[in-house]
Amino acid sequence: MNIMSLTAVELGKRIKAGEITVVEAVKAAIDAIEKKEEKINSFVTVDREAALEQAKKVQKLIDDGQLSGPLAGVPVAIKDNMCTEGLLTTCSSKILGNYNPTYTATAVENLQRAGAIIIGKTNMDEFAMGSTTETSAYGVTRNPWDIGHVPGGSSGGSAAAVAAEECIYALGSDTGGSIRQPSSFCGVVGMKPTYGTVSRYGLIAYGSSLDQIGPIAKDVTDCATILETIASYDKKDSTSMKREVYDFTSALKNDVAGMKIGIPKDYFGDGLDEEVKKNVLDVAKVLEKKGAIVEEFTLSLVEYAIPAYYIIASAEASSNLARFDGVKYGYRTEEYRGLHNMYKKSRSEGFGAEVKRRIMLGSFVLSSGYYDAYYLKALRTKALIKAEFDKAFKKYDIILGPVAPTTAPKIGDSLADPIQMYLGDIYTVSVNLAGLPAISLPCGTDKNGLPIGVQMIGDCFEERKIIQAAYTYEQTRDYARCEIAKEGDE
Amino acid sequence: MSRQEIMQDARLQKRGMSKMSREYETVIGLEVHVELATKTKIFCGCSTAFGGAPNTHTCPVCTGMPGSLPVLNKQVVEYALAVGLATNCSINQYCKFDRKNYFYPDNPQNYQISQLYLPICHDGYVEIEVGGVKKNIGIHEIHMEEDAGKLIHDPWDDCSLVDFNRSGVPLIEIVSEPDMRSAEEVIAYLDKLRLIIQYLGASDCKLQEGSMRADVNLSVREVGAKEFGTRTEMKNLNSFKAIARAIEAERDRQIDLIEDGKKVIQETRRWDDAKEYSYAMRSKEDAQDYRYFPEPDLVPIVIGDEWIQKMKDIQPELRTEKQQRYKEEYGLPEYDIDIITASKHMADIFEQTIAICGNPKEVSNWLMGETMKLLKEQEMDADQISFSPANLASMIGLINKGELNRSVAKDVFKEIFIHDIDPVSYIEEHGLKNVSDEGAIKATIEEIVAKNPQSVADYKAGKKKAMGFLVGQTMRATKGKADPAMVNKILRELLEA
Repeated sequence: MNIMSLTAVELGKRIKAGEITVVEAVKAAIDAIEKKEEKINSFVTVDREAALEQAKKVQKLIDDGQLSGPLAGVPVAIKDNMCTEGLLTTCSSKILGNYNPTYTATAVENLQRAGAIIIGKTNMDEFAMGSTTETSAYGVTRNPWDIGHVPGGSSGGSAAAVAAEECIYALGSDTGGSIRQPSSFCGVVGMKPTYGTVSRYGLIAYGSSLDQIGPIAKDVTDCATILETIASYDKKDSTSMKREVYDFTSALKNDVAGMKIGIPKDYFGDGLDEEVKKNVLDVAKVLEKKGAIVEEFTLSLVEYAIPAYYIIASAEASSNLARFDGVKYGYRTEEYRGLHNMYKKSRSEGFGAEVKRRIMLGSFVLSSGYYDAYYLKALRTKALIKAEFDKAFKKYDIILGPVAPTTAPKIGDSLADPIQMYLGDIYTVSVNLAGLPAISLPCGTDKNGLPIGVQMIGDCFEERKIIQAAYTYEQTRDYARCEIAKEGDE
Repeated sequence: MSRQEIMQDARLQKRGMSKMSREYETVIGLEVHVELATKTKIFCGCSTAFGGAPNTHTCPVCTGMPGSLPVLNKQVVEYALAVGLATNCSINQYCKFDRKNYFYPDNPQNYQISQLYLPICHDGYVEIEVGGVKKNIGIHEIHMEEDAGKLIHDPWDDCSLVDFNRSGVPLIEIVSEPDMRSAEEVIAYLDKLRLIIQYLGASDCKLQEGSMRADVNLSVREVGAKEFGTRTEMKNLNSFKAIARAIEAERDRQIDLIEDGKKVIQETRRWDDAKEYSYAMRSKEDAQDYRYFPEPDLVPIVIGDEWIQKMKDIQPELRTEKQQRYKEEYGLPEYDIDIITASKHMADIFEQTIAICGNPKEVSNWLMGETMKLLKEQEMDADQISFSPANLASMIGLINKGELNRSVAKDVFKEIFIHDIDPVSYIEEHGLKNVSDEGAIKATIEEIVAKNPQSVADYKAGKKKAMGFLVGQTMRATKGKADPAMVNKILRELLEA
């Protein structure tokens, strides 16, 4: 049996039953990483010794009956933009190449408390800016389904590591689709919770008003279980919300009878790949057969989501990334003359091209004389987009559509045309602008054998509805493993 | 600016009003920063206490570590509200924080969390009085923000180091309307703000220590002109005196420029109080674009009517209320009341002392007389008084019991004032306790009478003044410790025997 082929919940059960030890699970993950990293490059840092050390401690706590949660002893990979005390946290940037945080992010702490074993930090687009994981300063991550293709991004390392079975599950972060799109490209399940559900404390900010941490795993059950563990009201994050219910697993029901599903016509127009379109609409048919009421509707303002998103996210990023200046931590240029020269050189050498592009864009839209025309207008657009969704959720329980217009592009194709790359975020960014929860799950492959994902969007705080619909659909098909994943099988 | 230009500038400033042919009016507005008296910082739980070793009162939040997030200290909002209500401001019941972006190493995030678009308080005023004339000075707005760290230059390594202990200390900035017309009005306004804020307990408002800082915006225009002239902003003003001097100098400099047919440039200037002269820091052209935008890490603050009412209900006694009460309750003269209440600290000492020993008039006398005298001698202000009310009360008790002479008491009080000694043990140790042993005093007097036959004869011849001389001799011999009433009685008995 291949330990790495198990879901988190399955592995957790077997560890608790004493069939697999925590050390065995961690060793399996490390072996897989050693075997596959050359091809995939989904990790920036792998912490072998600490993971094994931690495995022994957690095993003892499980044996003593002090840890009994579903994730106790299960190895996890963390996206490299979440602070982990004493463990390198680079955001896949040269500027944080030597940064060892002095504290751990709340979401990661919640996992550790539940007995999760951190095996390493996953590669990403630099500072989460990108849709392909090609902007990483530590090399591109390759799609385990076809290593000539990108895994998506920005949480490409996390999605690829789960798909390649280098870890059991992973945490990602989603600012404009960064969990859902790589999950879709890699054929795994990823979920972006309602804004404010998972604490952002310790998540190195890209677009603060849009960033949310969420799970990437093999199935919906894992996602619900992980979300239940990482979600918490955190006093250290003022935008964190005290929710009435933190129970997501009881929504894992194979039943959509009477559920109203809206299909936004505007998500199926020009630019959407025919194969993607067909597979996504087939999901709606499956759910309809299982008793859901499926209806097409018009979701306005779709074309404004991309400009609004890139203005808001870049504006916040230009300010959030100002602290990386070579003064306190991170990269400082070798030679400089005076303070301003040090700032300029450290930042010019420390940041990659995409990050610089967004810092410049963000600084521009916030500068005096342009603030009203761009930033303020984008905020108004954001409010209008939210209102459009509010209107839709008066009629529908969930909204169903594609995650991305195409399957994973070839490595090297996207960065040549950034505008085209930005447009690829069209189905994911409005969810962040409106603060909604959404899940991405596999619904087939294209003619080249690359995975296609379907997205289910819920109203704020209605994760349970999308979990239920996704789970119901998932029951109708088998989880598809890529060839690289099977390399660990005996 | 070259050195030559600086000197020319200085000369221009010194020439003053010599060439003035027209009549000018000075228009002044102030930006006052006040450090709030919270125990912890504005966005984290770190201590605001002074004097810690560098970077000991810090955490990921106030050192701008990646991933850290601010959480607003509610007490900051309450202090800002209290100041706003006491200065007749309207409250923005939905207010927000904004980021002010600029690069400087004392600012760990390279942005300051402040308020631009929706400050907590706006459109208030305070009443001032100069030369018997009352006037309202408008308050444009009050906003909350965080202080920066401190750069320390290391001359040995020729580099600068940053201490983030002050980073994140809460401030309010009080922006006045351009309603002031003279240095006197500015000082009166600042003094009024200082007193209001001290009475509220929101800050100690010490200019020298930087817990209150004022930037002066000043322009001049011909009397009667409707438009304002071009203004400059003066920074680095560390005392009321420096503010007054800077205002005079800047006014003269601007008038000179206008008289010479030159233009005043809108710029920020730095005052050098030792040289009594200012120099340009940056002009409007190279003013930074702060790229303000709403702080996404903090949620808007909603201030309900109940919260405002609560702040009104718990508002401490302000100066005018205290003045009224002192008059009614203690019957103190207005002059005394004005001096005692001119410092919240002094008023606190007064009240704490009478709480122990009663006797408000006596306590007031010690504060009005000896305390003020010593403050002047030591070049201190009333806020720096450091003796404990218990010791003053105890000393007054000793006087009333006849154990301490008033003249000796002045020396004892000086010790209390400087070293905060306990008067009971002090007079014991230094043998300053009144001698009320009749036998001992009688023996001393007998000795003095024997030594001064001429004075005795004078007294007996009807020169009653001689009595005073003998009393004086006795007091000197007893180092002032003898009970004067007893000395008089014994001496009279001896002389008239």
